[in-house]
Amino acid sequence: MRRSTILDVTVGLLFDAVVVLSIYLLFAGHNEPGGGFVGGLVAGAGIGLRYVADGMRSVRAILPFRPWTVLAAGLVTAAVTTLAPMVLGRAPLEAHSWEWDPPLLGHVKLASTTIFDIGVYLVVVGLLLMLLEALGDAGEPE
Amino acid sequence: MVHLLLTAHAVVGVAVLLARGRLRSRAFLVGIVPPLASVAWAVTRAGDVLDGEVVTSRAEWVAGLGLAIDVRLDGFALLMIGLVSGIGSLVFAYGRSYFGDTVRAAQVAGLLTLFAGAMLGLVLADNVMFLFVCWELTSITSYLLIGNDDRDPLARAGALQALLLTGTTGLAMLGGFVVLGEQAGTYRLSALVEHPPEGPAVATGLVLVLIGAFAKSAQYPFHSWLPGAMVAPTPISAYLHSAAMVKAGVYLIAVLAPAFADVGVWRPLVVGVGLFTMIAGGLRALRPHDLKQLLAHGTVSQLGFLVVLFGLGHDAATAAGCALLAAHGLFKAALFMTVGVVDHQAHTRDLRELPVLRGRRWGVVKGIAVVSAASMAALPPLAGFLAKEAAYDALLHGGTAERWVLAGIVAGSALTVAYSLRLAVGLLRPSLIAAPFAESDGAPPPPPPAAAFVAPAAVLAVLSVAVGVAPSLWNGVLDGAATALDSDAHVHLALWHGVSTPLVLSAATIGTGVVLFLARRPVAAVQARLAPPWSGARVYDEVVARLTRAAGAVTRFAQPGSLPVYAAVILLTAAGAPLLALTVGTWWPGWPEVVGSFSYVPVAALLVGAAVAATLMRGRFASALLLGAAGYGMALLFVIQGAPDLALTQFGIETLSILLFLLVLRRLPDSFSQRTPKIGRALRVIVASSVGVFVFLMAIAAAGARSRPPVSEEMTSRALSEAGGRNVVNVILVDFRGLDTLGEITVLVVAAIGATALARARTTRRGNDQAAAARPPEVAGEVPR
Repeated sequence: MRRSTILDVTVGLLFDAVVVLSIYLLFAGHNEPGGGFVGGLVAGAGIGLRYVADGMRSVRAILPFRPWTVLAAGLVTAAVTTLAPMVLGRAPLEAHSWEWDPPLLGHVKLASTTIFDIGVYLVVVGLLLMLLEALGDAGEPE
Repeated sequence: MVHLLLTAHAVVGVAVLLARGRLRSRAFLVGIVPPLASVAWAVTRAGDVLDGEVVTSRAEWVAGLGLAIDVRLDGFALLMIGLVSGIGSLVFAYGRSYFGDTVRAAQVAGLLTLFAGAMLGLVLADNVMFLFVCWELTSITSYLLIGNDDRDPLARAGALQALLLTGTTGLAMLGGFVVLGEQAGTYRLSALVEHPPEGPAVATGLVLVLIGAFAKSAQYPFHSWLPGAMVAPTPISAYLHSAAMVKAGVYLIAVLAPAFADVGVWRPLVVGVGLFTMIAGGLRALRPHDLKQLLAHGTVSQLGFLVVLFGLGHDAATAAGCALLAAHGLFKAALFMTVGVVDHQAHTRDLRELPVLRGRRWGVVKGIAVVSAASMAALPPLAGFLAKEAAYDALLHGGTAERWVLAGIVAGSALTVAYSLRLAVGLLRPSLIAAPFAESDGAPPPPPPAAAFVAPAAVLAVLSVAVGVAPSLWNGVLDGAATALDSDAHVHLALWHGVSTPLVLSAATIGTGVVLFLARRPVAAVQARLAPPWSGARVYDEVVARLTRAAGAVTRFAQPGSLPVYAAVILLTAAGAPLLALTVGTWWPGWPEVVGSFSYVPVAALLVGAAVAATLMRGRFASALLLGAAGYGMALLFVIQGAPDLALTQFGIETLSILLFLLVLRRLPDSFSQRTPKIGRALRVIVASSVGVFVFLMAIAAAGARSRPPVSEEMTSRALSEAGGRNVVNVILVDFRGLDTLGEITVLVVAAIGATALARARTTRRGNDQAAAARPPEVAGEVPR
């Protein structure tokens, strides 16, 4: 396969930016447009770019986990966030937020719904990784 | 303290499983700690409990659902702990000698600890939901234990059978618990029994509960899993199939009977099933040559006896049941252990192949077996004799119906005597049962077992003798147990009541049993002639095979494997649902204002143009790209309408869809097939256009049908104050409608797994041919075409 240097370099530059954007969308989602689902889709688009440029090998190199691990981690995260309040005697998914002031970052607020959203994000990314694994031709799936 | 003990079982069990590689046979020494601690704790509380005190405690579990782990230690639970943890501890000691120094030994030890914990929870539970959880935990751990040797197909089949029979009937029991709980307004077992609910629903609920109890205690027609589970290593059989798991159903019947025996069909059902099981199991036990099979059918029979005694629900029978429960635990565990010793040393447990066992150590083993078998046959002065006398005595003082029950029990007990003799004589003089192969061929005699291997069974046999000779040793405990079930029930066992009707009946039972044994050849011939052509195991196999066939037929109908059919079903549903809604409602809001703003025009033109072009293209790639263009047009509309979240999502979805389309299309021919018959094309046009038309009409109707303020206004106002987010769309997704989202991502996960499996099925088909050949054809035929 002939490789295009321009594509390689561009994807290399773009990918990190896309991932940062997707994470921004994930965390901004609570107050601005965005959210776990959109964030996951954007990250998925970035992964798709890597696939187009360099095939499954470079997609697998992104994360040290297998696709189903990402998928399962997402679902477990979301389910745990849903059920955790029930163990504490509240309604499922009851929101809670923690605020603190770490150095450098200024005022940080983390809502339990954001953790749920991280689960959604991971599921979407895992879904795309799974589909690439299934349909992409990169040779030898182990 | 109880919760600590239960947690200890779980923690130690899991820890042993994790460290199985390092622990090996030492795992039994670790795993024995929680059961021993339970026994110690029970002993410290025994004095108070036997005086009538009840120890309760409560731990919140899922407070949001009102679930709590209520536990309750009364006299009967104390007796059950003796069986579960006491005999359990002996089984651990026995297992250490039985298993070699292998990783598998540690695995069994860890699972046994978990099982012991589940069983302990079951007998201490005062909340039926917690009881149910423990109940199913025992099913699952026993599945893992029976199928422990996962390379043995018999072990796998036996484990699956046990799981299916006890697991599915456990679900019936859960339904019964819910009915009872809702009728009574409480899920506390003690409250249910104290103030039993009434009404027709209660009778139904009880039958459901009984189905679960019958299956767990191997009553006909659910008994077949117990003989099937005999493929498990003997320590597991000794524990699960004599002392613990099978007693769970008896336990439940014992607890419920005093309150519910008069309700609905309880008494005829329970006593009928129990009697039938006792006699049928006894008859079956006369036939096998495999000693474990013999014991297994004997256990089925004895469990039937227990079910009859407890199921009657009157005081004297309940008291006799407590005695038999304890006696059975003692002799049956000891018998399994000795059979396991013989099997382990001589590598056979077949009556026809048993060698003659000579030597002092073997003498001890044989002595244990004979004493325990004698206790099983209810010979004086052993534990079994006292229990059976009490049972006869209890039934003698009842009405006509109970006399008939008594007759059935005497018959069943005579069978018990016969198969006990068969077992004992088989071990002492194998040549009497069947001509032995091995005796003359000069094979070396089996080596005698180590002392530690025999000791646990010896302890049990000594107990069988001790409580028989000196009934006062266990009268107190049994009386406490019986009184906890039924305040009128009292146990006062004695070896000698004078010459009384029960004694005469006992003599008659033993006499008949001996005759049955002496006439074993004619009896066997008659049995072979009269035996029904079906057995429990055959029925089970047939049911499973038919279920699999039916499932195959349904699958072939619902999943024809044709993509056009699938697509048509989905699309016609999408068209039909709005059509239904439009014809049912009488509202038609009229055409909306078509052009909202001038900026819509170019976007709409792009949308329509791309959509129409997509249908006209010959090439698949071009069609897919045009579909993507239509999707981007949609996203532009969202932007114009001021819905950035939707637009973002739509852009993301479209991008990824195009990518996935391209991945799939690479494997298909470049252009659409031109050879589709005309009629097929026409059908496709009709399906596609009806979807378009009806969804379009539906959209217009739905937009104009609003009669109340939209829910979005309320959500917008509550988003910041209650969920702390300014982005309403996101707050809805992750908070207000978070459960929906959880459901949706679950669907995503399932879809991802399904898509991967489908895509890989093609590439790995060849590698799976072997696996497919091993499956039944009904299942193997279901690979999508």
